[in-house]
Amino acid sequence: MTPMVKAEGVHKSFGAVQVLKGIDLEVAPREVFCLIGPSGSGKSTFLRCINHLEKINSGRLSVDGELVGYRQKGDKLYELRDREVAEKRRDIGMVFQRFNLFPHMTALENVIEAPVQVKKETKAVARERALKLLDRVGLADKAGNYPSQLSGGQQQRVAIARALAMEPKLMLFDEPTSALDPELVGDVLDVMRGLAEDGMTMIVVTHEMGFAREVGDSVVFMDDGVVVESGNPRDVLTNPQHERTKSFLSKVL
Amino acid sequence: MTTKIDKVGPVDSPPPAPENLKAIPVRHYGRWVSAVIAIALLVTLVLAFARGDVDWNAIPEYFFDSEVLRGVRNTVWITILSMALGVALGIILAVMRLSKNPVTSSIAWGYIWFFRGTPVYVQLLVWFNLGLVFNYINLGPIYKDEWSDFMTPFLAALLGLGLNEAAYMAEICRAGLQAVDEGQTEASHALGMSHAKTLRRVVLPQAMRVIVPPTGNEFINMLKTTSLVIAVQYWDLLQATTNVGQSTGATAEMLFLAAAWYLILTSVLSVGQYYLERYYARGSSRSLPMTPLQKIRVNLLSGSNRQGGASA
Repeated sequence: MTPMVKAEGVHKSFGAVQVLKGIDLEVAPREVFCLIGPSGSGKSTFLRCINHLEKINSGRLSVDGELVGYRQKGDKLYELRDREVAEKRRDIGMVFQRFNLFPHMTALENVIEAPVQVKKETKAVARERALKLLDRVGLADKAGNYPSQLSGGQQQRVAIARALAMEPKLMLFDEPTSALDPELVGDVLDVMRGLAEDGMTMIVVTHEMGFAREVGDSVVFMDDGVVVESGNPRDVLTNPQHERTKSFLSKVL
Repeated sequence: MTTKIDKVGPVDSPPPAPENLKAIPVRHYGRWVSAVIAIALLVTLVLAFARGDVDWNAIPEYFFDSEVLRGVRNTVWITILSMALGVALGIILAVMRLSKNPVTSSIAWGYIWFFRGTPVYVQLLVWFNLGLVFNYINLGPIYKDEWSDFMTPFLAALLGLGLNEAAYMAEICRAGLQAVDEGQTEASHALGMSHAKTLRRVVLPQAMRVIVPPTGNEFINMLKTTSLVIAVQYWDLLQATTNVGQSTGATAEMLFLAAAWYLILTSVLSVGQYYLERYYARGSSRSLPMTPLQKIRVNLLSGSNRQGGASA
């Protein structure tokens, strides 16, 4: 079975600062894959590399067997055109820490925007699915509200619905609950738990150790641009082998 | 209101509100003095004009004069066309300036540098007098003519005002585009939307909120700046009133008339700007403020309801 995501020696630097120093990992289809680690460890950067919001400097990164951002012919790599990159991103949903809903559109308009504009679906079809998705994230009654009229937790759930509207095969979550008030975190995690149960492949950058332990199939602890430790969340989180993992977990648990 | 209050004892009754303080307010004598002085000055000014040798009757007499109305129409027309040219070219220049291509961004920078750096009056004169350096215009098979026939007062006015405006609009648009959060572009790209679609569907509508208010100002400014096209012999409002003034001898009166027309036109534009801003503010605040018309309606309704005691 082709892994959904495969990274081999992925390096990324911003100017002189090396953020990723050789990441190797594999994410299987239907897997819930949690990335944990201190801030600045490169988790979010790695996530953004997966849908080519950041370009990697060396190594190989592929999604569903196809290179991200490049095409290989013989032993030469060709950069993909913007249009081709956009086409590949359709299959990868992304949820941001700061929601990034479109503020000039209602919740419903946010959800139907990409299906209508990118997949050329008719408004009626997109609308029907959007309403189902909003219902699924518990916001059927907020379809006509603008993001500014929604709480942070509600906005993030709309953002999840918006990503799901493209029917992606992979979902990326970039600290989806970090900008939320503590009492709103639960609703968002419930939606993500539901997605995991339905078999969605998910890569989740998170500080929610409880979520990683209960829902995650595997967890990777990153620090300073490298993978320090990985494995089953119950093992890694309760019985870490590495000193750095131990000291990190002792601070957050 | 008709519920019977049969609570016994002070158990649940709210504590009595404390009595309001009784204090002698501070007297602001300075405010009275300054108000009296200001009114006195205003009265002096009005009296001075009333006593001046002004033939006030000439103003209503020529207000709807056909020549003046032609001037008004031309002023409005050249304002709209120059602004349209300015906005269209301004958006293109803003996108060029923000592009990653160093050639296009430098060209846009140079354009803005030149057209913002020289007075619009000079630019108008230059367009009008280009005939001194070009005898013919020759666009290959499309168009060919003598320069003096080609560069009419109208075209000189349009190019002079519109190309100048484009430089200002470019900076306004650039500020608007840059004001949109980068996360918006990322979210749009992550959904698989192209650069062009992201710009059109996500970035521009949000940039409009920043772009519209200064553009409204530019529009009003443009309306007033059109009075300079007298330099290229375009028949605008000021040209018309000056002409009437010279033939009737009521020069100053006709200038007052022109001022009145400009005020009317700018006032109309201000109202338009208000509603346009409101449209682009949707989603930015939790609820839109009421328009003046809505306020009046609500006040009238609540006024008629007040008798029924339904004041909320």
